[in-house]
Amino acid sequence: MDIDFTFLREGPYLGWLLMGAMRTLALFAAAWVMGFLLALLIVAVRASPVPLLQRLCMAFVGYHRNVPGLVQIFFWYFGISQLLPQSWQDAINASHSEFVFALIALSLNTAAYMSEDIRSGIRSLPPTQFEAARALGLSYLRAMYRVVLPQAVRISVPPLVNQSLSLFKSTSLAMAIGVAEMTYVSRQIENETFRSMEAFAIASVFYLLMSFLIMGVGGWSQHRLQTAGVH
Amino acid sequence: MTDIPTILYDFGLMLLLGGYPNGPVGGLALTLFLAIMGLVCSFPLAVLLGIARVSPWRALALPALALTSIVRGLPVLMLIFWAYFIVPLMTGYSVSGVTTVVCALVAYETAFLAEVIRAGIQSVPRGQVEASRSLGLSYVGTMRRVILPQAMRQMTPSILNQFINLIKNTSLGYIISVNELTSAAYQVSGQLLTKPFQVYFILASFYFVICYSLNLGVSRLEAWTARSAKPQLART
Amino acid sequence: MIRFHKVDKWYGEYKALDQIDETVKKGEVVVVCGPSGSGKSTLIRTVNRLEPIQGGAVYVNGADIHRPDVNINRLRSEIGFVFQQFNLFPHLSVLRNIMMAPMDVRGMRVGPAREQAMALLEKVGLAHKADAHPPQLSGGQQQRVAIARALAMNPPVMLFDEPTSALDPEMVGEVLQVMKQLAHDGMTMVCVTHEMGFAREVADRVIFMDAGRVIECNTPEKFFSAPEHPRAQKFISDIRHA
Repeated sequence: MDIDFTFLREGPYLGWLLMGAMRTLALFAAAWVMGFLLALLIVAVRASPVPLLQRLCMAFVGYHRNVPGLVQIFFWYFGISQLLPQSWQDAINASHSEFVFALIALSLNTAAYMSEDIRSGIRSLPPTQFEAARALGLSYLRAMYRVVLPQAVRISVPPLVNQSLSLFKSTSLAMAIGVAEMTYVSRQIENETFRSMEAFAIASVFYLLMSFLIMGVGGWSQHRLQTAGVH
Repeated sequence: MTDIPTILYDFGLMLLLGGYPNGPVGGLALTLFLAIMGLVCSFPLAVLLGIARVSPWRALALPALALTSIVRGLPVLMLIFWAYFIVPLMTGYSVSGVTTVVCALVAYETAFLAEVIRAGIQSVPRGQVEASRSLGLSYVGTMRRVILPQAMRQMTPSILNQFINLIKNTSLGYIISVNELTSAAYQVSGQLLTKPFQVYFILASFYFVICYSLNLGVSRLEAWTARSAKPQLART
Repeated sequence: MIRFHKVDKWYGEYKALDQIDETVKKGEVVVVCGPSGSGKSTLIRTVNRLEPIQGGAVYVNGADIHRPDVNINRLRSEIGFVFQQFNLFPHLSVLRNIMMAPMDVRGMRVGPAREQAMALLEKVGLAHKADAHPPQLSGGQQQRVAIARALAMNPPVMLFDEPTSALDPEMVGEVLQVMKQLAHDGMTMVCVTHEMGFAREVADRVIFMDAGRVIECNTPEKFFSAPEHPRAQKFISDIRHA
């Protein structure tokens, strides 16, 4: 078994790999931001006293936690796209719809998990925090937004970092619908050059480096966000 | 939406059993088979790896840490591709997709379970180790008789959670054409052509029902262990 | 039986044990006392190598217990240790707690191990709790089981690290009773304890420690009535006022 990386110099493969890396990172970053913001919204809505809203949130989270990520992506790309009006469908087919659908599926998935992580962070806060904020005259939303959520998020940093890691790895699922992210590219290169070992090694190193980076950022942010007295 | 029962009627068996009895077992049956094989084969390896992780001998602990970190830092899909490539190389035969997926899942699950076991081992109070060693038990004896039995009790909910994750991860078999539940649904959708929403709705529901029920079971188990672990109050 | 020879121990910069040089003879009952932080628990834990030492040596039955090449498991099986926190195994019944070490370490068969365990439970007054599990017992009962568990290995010496400090006051007596009986039966014992009544009744010697050093070492009568060292005097008067 010989190992030979020269194929990188011949042909477009290096460019492919870079594009693949960028798509992975783009998918990750966009899904993370959208997922996080949506998670905050879900948390706020879930805590409201309206039972219907609570149950909707529970259903949302339940669906995303019990159905595989790949199936969620399929459901959006094959299932829901079919329900859209024909004009939308044509427009979507003309552009890079795979990326968008993968992004939507991953964002919602991440939002569901993150909302649970933040909720446990909130549960570990003494309820007096919220009461004090309300007693000072803050509305429900402002009390959540200014007092409860910032603290809860800090407590939740470790599980959130885990979730970020999970999201990053889940971007590879997008290859199933044709998004040319890193895993897809490495597979393509393998198909064309038969250099399986080299192609997969490069992709693996990429994923590992980014994983360690994410864990490092997580550790650093946990360190920086340490509030005195928060366990 | 009204065609869902029809689809279930027409294709339910295909989703549950794949090609059987006219072909190899697939569908949900294969999904469960893959998940169970993944858990059962990875468990003993995970125990060894978990013990290695907490070992005081660095020659054991550091490689264990490296191994778990690498496997956990890669997407499951990459593990499947690696397995697809490496396993035939190691065994000399070409292997089926099912074997490949099982190998990848075992590798993945071993790394994650090892962390669960490590946490379980480290959650046993140090006093237990001191008492056991003071009686003259060796490191191995202490692990076998004092630490692992107590750790296992703590870890059962986490192990079951990992099993639920395994079930979800079997869906990746689709990528290398292993005919588990997701692949079967894809084929059904391909046959019907105009009803992808209904088919994928059914697919999601299958997974939902299974995983949700297992999750309920885990919650019940956690509640039960919390209740039975509460010491009955002292009677002098 | 136990010999401390110029024992030094550091926790980082802090010197926990300073040139300890003492001997415990066979059949002696020695009580080690002193203010908290004096190093008394640390000292007793060096005897079965639960704590390492950096200088000097500790000999138990002639063996240098801190030598790296020594069979530590065998040596430990010949030293009985009773912890402040009992440390019973919660997943095993009381009887199994006592049976486990003789079976696992010495290869004793189930029958003889059970007989021996029941006999020991009788001795500490807990035969009726044989099938209970530790969380179901009171603190005093758990500690008595812990003593039985240590005795199951027939050690020639028993070490007690503040055995009653974690107990509610009304349970202290039952544990001390067992310990006094052991002392009367001729067991070599080293006890770190605050229980001065116990020391007066059964101790042959009291070792007073402060800041990692042995300050004073005397018979109980002399120590409690007329301590020589000013720090010992302060300790005694503090205890009297408690």
